[in-house]
Amino acid sequence: MPPPMKQCEYSQITTQSSSPMESPKKKKIPRKKWEVFPGRNKFHCDGRIMMARQTGVFYLTLVLIVVTSGLFFVFDCPFLAVTITPVIPAIAGVLFFFVMGTLLRTSFSDPGVLPRATQDEAADLERQIDIANGSGSGGGYRPPPRTKEVIINGQTVKLKYCFTCKIFRPPRASHCSLCDNCVERFDHHCPWVGNCVGKRNYRFFYMFILSLSFLTVFIFAFVITHVILRSQKTGFLNALKDSPASVLEAVVCFFSVWSILGLSGFHTYLISSNQTTNEDIKGSWSNKRSKDNYNPYSYGNIFTNCCAALCGPLPPSLIDRRGAIQSDTPQSVAPPNGITTYGATQSQSNMAAATPLLQSESSPMNEELPVPGKMTISSPCATLTLGQPTPPPSTSSLATETILADTLPLKEACEGHHFLTPEEAPSPPGMLTPGSPLTHSHTMHVLNAVTQDSMHEDSVRGLVKLSSV
Amino acid sequence: MAEVHNLQELRQSASLATKVFIQRDYTDGILCQFQTKFPPELESRVERHYFEDTVKTLNNYYAEAEKIGGTSYFEGCLACITAYIIFICMETRYEKVLKKISKYIQEQNEKIYTPRGLLITDPIERGLRVIEIAIYEDRCSSGSSSSSGTGSSTSSCSRG
Repeated sequence: MPPPMKQCEYSQITTQSSSPMESPKKKKIPRKKWEVFPGRNKFHCDGRIMMARQTGVFYLTLVLIVVTSGLFFVFDCPFLAVTITPVIPAIAGVLFFFVMGTLLRTSFSDPGVLPRATQDEAADLERQIDIANGSGSGGGYRPPPRTKEVIINGQTVKLKYCFTCKIFRPPRASHCSLCDNCVERFDHHCPWVGNCVGKRNYRFFYMFILSLSFLTVFIFAFVITHVILRSQKTGFLNALKDSPASVLEAVVCFFSVWSILGLSGFHTYLISSNQTTNEDIKGSWSNKRSKDNYNPYSYGNIFTNCCAALCGPLPPSLIDRRGAIQSDTPQSVAPPNGITTYGATQSQSNMAAATPLLQSESSPMNEELPVPGKMTISSPCATLTLGQPTPPPSTSSLATETILADTLPLKEACEGHHFLTPEEAPSPPGMLTPGSPLTHSHTMHVLNAVTQDSMHEDSVRGLVKLSSV
Repeated sequence: MAEVHNLQELRQSASLATKVFIQRDYTDGILCQFQTKFPPELESRVERHYFEDTVKTLNNYYAEAEKIGGTSYFEGCLACITAYIIFICMETRYEKVLKKISKYIQEQNEKIYTPRGLLITDPIERGLRVIEIAIYEDRCSSGSSSSSGTGSSTSSCSRG
């Protein structure tokens, strides 16, 4: 029995030309491109706002910042403005405004998602790969890993083929398994902002954490000042009783400041050396790999690197979210849920829960051979890294201070050559996206699914074209 | 408007034979540059120097868009000071250059490629991954009526 959704779609197409009035209760025909976007993203305001699917932690971030700052303005600022200077609330206001602006900008913008290949492109690439590999393999198992080598500024960089997006990923791009998109200059997926951090929103993210560090330190310092000044007049315990909100603010700020300051410092280092969190954790350009290893993207000096990252031109969004769907718009290759080609094993996902999500290959230059019969992808597209770690949602900012400490031991764990596929990697329990259970049912149907999808898409495309005439 | 008219005519009078994809060239880093290698499928369709000129001009445009210099620093600092609100009202330099590119591609199509039965798609529509060049052949018609227009010609192509 065909699923009801599919039934609705087909019947709607046939009644389209006859009587539009009959279709008020049926599923709306998508008009804008964001409505048929193949990745796992949520769109709001008619495609203007783009976020990851899991946004719970983002709301927590918002609440923490707004509530703490609100309490500061209401309970501490009057006293401080009168006793010391009114400049204090003014500065706090500016900082708060800046923090919120950059946070919303980071969360709502397109991080640099690469649109998936169209059918024609994918077919053309497949043909070229077959020629390059000397298509001897039968259709029964996965063909050899697909990579291209490029020399950039003297360094050999491997471009990997993304099986979901059907493209060769540009250098520094990576596939985010949570959002199921390839993102340019992928840094990490940040649940605190509810979005990936990539080429287009890295500067906003950096400004956010920088301004948040200032705000946190500022609030913390002046809350302490407030309590001290009050306790000079009325004694410590009375001061706390008169201003109970200050205690809450001090606690939140105290536990946040370490992690946020640490993160700001870490990202300042990354920006000045023009690396992404992904590359740093993997040690892609580290001297430890080989003596000749250097970062080909760095401009050579810290100042230029910083300027390029923060003040360089802002690239445009490559996914046309608000464009209208036209009948001759080429359909991009989209497996039904975007994860059919990845296999996952449950044990590894548990193990990966606390480990950074990255491609822990034995060496970046050798492509891993596919493990036969296991259906795991040989070029893992794991994208979630530990620059902005993913604590379980039940913990407060308390968790963040312990997580940075975890990055060092986790680095060692990464060298342990365990094979992380994108579905194993994403998140600790509690944050686990629905990806992994679905992959089990789909791994056996990979090859069939892909061919069926293309046939299905062709037939749907034909029907859509007919209906639009 | 004249350009659209030409393209419609192209689609009605010819059927899509194949598509050629010019891939990105990463040898200079992650800047947007396309390979200038002349694809063999276009050997008999267009002169090599036209193709190379087009791709080189496009590469220059993209290099201009991504150039890190005085203007981009000014734009970046101004945006930072205003907490990036200014991007709501102001068009970025990159977007301005993209419009120029779009116009250039339209011109090239009109002047050079459409008369030769080719059509270049703006790379921004393919996520700056490839330059897609569609090669049209003269339609060996199977009696499809003109009233169906683009619908039938494209549907026959998709089934073909």
